[in-house]
Amino acid sequence: MNLALSYQKITKINGRTRMLVFLGAALLFALIFQNNSYVMRVGVLAMLFATLTVSLNLVNGYTGLFSLGHAAFYGIGAYTSALLSLNLNFPFWLSFLSAGVVAMLFGALVSLPAARLRGIYLAIITLAFAEITRLLIINMQWLTHGPFGLPGIPPPSLFGYEVTSDAGVYLISLALLLLTVYVIERIMHARPGYALLAIREDEQAAAASGIKVFLYKILAFAIAAFFAGLAGSVYAHYTRFISHDSFTLNESFAVLSMLVFGGIGSTPGAILGAFLLTAIPEVFRFAADYRMVIYGVVLTLVILFRPQGILGKSSLALTGAPRAKPERKSRGTA
Amino acid sequence: MTLFLQQLANGLTLGSVYALLAIGFSLIFGVLNLVTFAHGEVYMIGAFAGFFTLQLFPGNIILAVGVGFGVAFLMGMLVERISFRPFHGAPHMTTLLSTLGVSIVLQNLAVLFIGPQTQSIANPVQMGHIFLGPVRVSNVQVITILVSALMVVGLTLFIRYSRWGRAMRAISQDLDTARLMGIPTTRVTTLTFCIGSALAGVAGVLIGFYYNAFSPLMGVEAGLKAFAATVLGGLGSIPGAVLGGLILGLAEDMTSAYFNPAYRDVIGFFILVLVLILRPTGLMGKKAAR
Repeated sequence: MNLALSYQKITKINGRTRMLVFLGAALLFALIFQNNSYVMRVGVLAMLFATLTVSLNLVNGYTGLFSLGHAAFYGIGAYTSALLSLNLNFPFWLSFLSAGVVAMLFGALVSLPAARLRGIYLAIITLAFAEITRLLIINMQWLTHGPFGLPGIPPPSLFGYEVTSDAGVYLISLALLLLTVYVIERIMHARPGYALLAIREDEQAAAASGIKVFLYKILAFAIAAFFAGLAGSVYAHYTRFISHDSFTLNESFAVLSMLVFGGIGSTPGAILGAFLLTAIPEVFRFAADYRMVIYGVVLTLVILFRPQGILGKSSLALTGAPRAKPERKSRGTA
Repeated sequence: MTLFLQQLANGLTLGSVYALLAIGFSLIFGVLNLVTFAHGEVYMIGAFAGFFTLQLFPGNIILAVGVGFGVAFLMGMLVERISFRPFHGAPHMTTLLSTLGVSIVLQNLAVLFIGPQTQSIANPVQMGHIFLGPVRVSNVQVITILVSALMVVGLTLFIRYSRWGRAMRAISQDLDTARLMGIPTTRVTTLTFCIGSALAGVAGVLIGFYYNAFSPLMGVEAGLKAFAATVLGGLGSIPGAVLGGLILGLAEDMTSAYFNPAYRDVIGFFILVLVLILRPTGLMGKKAAR
């Protein structure tokens, strides 16, 4: 109840102040737990998943498309960054940027067929793409070492300093999250953002008003993939070892769950969802084998009783994804 | 040529199981216009129901298929009640996640209670072989194909000639009008879900019996592939689902025989992407995808 009240107060404050409050809280968290590497490790994962969720929100929330394969871009970023560092001795910042660019290119490539499809068919083609990516990572042994994964990835280094501490990577991933939020929020408050929202609300009307729907859909996919690729790069250099296991459909589903959990179409919601769903399995570690069952139950209950997510607006729950059959009216919940 | 025919037989066996799974997806999509992601888990639970039956009554495959059918039917009722009925008319993303939540729960409960390892039947049926010309077909393959064919024929007759089947077709055309005509739409959609699930259960028993391997994680890959097969054939079309399943089974078998076994899991998704680009409604689908 207190939380809800303070959230209402926060929403009245403008975005920049809200980001500063968030930054302050995140830094305070780092200050308190800087020597607890377990907490910092969970913190890094939460930041990276929040980056993925916020970027997926650009496609699934703001543009109203339905991508189901976001982890593929995360994986492509991680592998690009790792391979460039290992084989070509790229410095961290260059591998990092290349990871984003390569993931962005793949995002644009996938969106070429995907942007022409609607609803569940769009979801299926992104899902198929994610599966193909994962299976190719396993099978292209000459490049990726296949099922054995890539060990020995150098830690991130900035200005000549190697960042090996968990707290250091926590700060890097915090910076990445803030950058992602900043760029996406800027886009959403400028012309391209309004175009994306227009496409979500009514694609035909948007096209009739002269918005190049196809191009803007590609743009949304490419930007989302770019930030997912950056997150993948930080993940690769943080864990120092990557394998196909970290970029499966489960990860795609996890990111989508976080988005829907927190509230689709809302950036604070996306971040909250990512933090909560990263924390829940950790908090329930005492439940050992039952924690994934608990995760599933929590997910089902939230969708059952609050389909718009914790911070989402109820109107978005229905317009968030394209309606398959307009004449079939919503009944019951949602 | 013999190799080709042999692969044809193996591919058809696998394909007929995919077809059974795909029919479930298609049936549910056709009537409810929504996709379930818990189908693979229903398949897994059906498979284990058959597994425990076979442990108690060794060799009684017909009984195992029956029990798999029944248990999966009830599972379908549960899944529909929890993750579908509250969301009629909601967007795809909602039911996709609600069924995903249920499937996570089912899968992890299965791991907890049955154990994560793959299990085999201690005393499997004696493998017999029939020679059709140069092609060697095992009795298990014959049983698999026969049972699947029987299910498909039975379902087709049920949908075409029974009262319930007619109600299903009416709902898939227009739910609101069907309700106005006095069709108990909730009961019929539940029944549709249960029948689709029951077919998945039968598929689970058959594939577990075929490979003699039962695992709590067997539903993940199978569910995804069958989903690909469904879209390949055309969402909502039952002949399409059968065709998609058979094509997928054959493509997988031919890929591992003639190209590279490592790529057998990829081929289905490649075909799927191609179909979605060239003909998004699938081979036999009618509804517009664009």
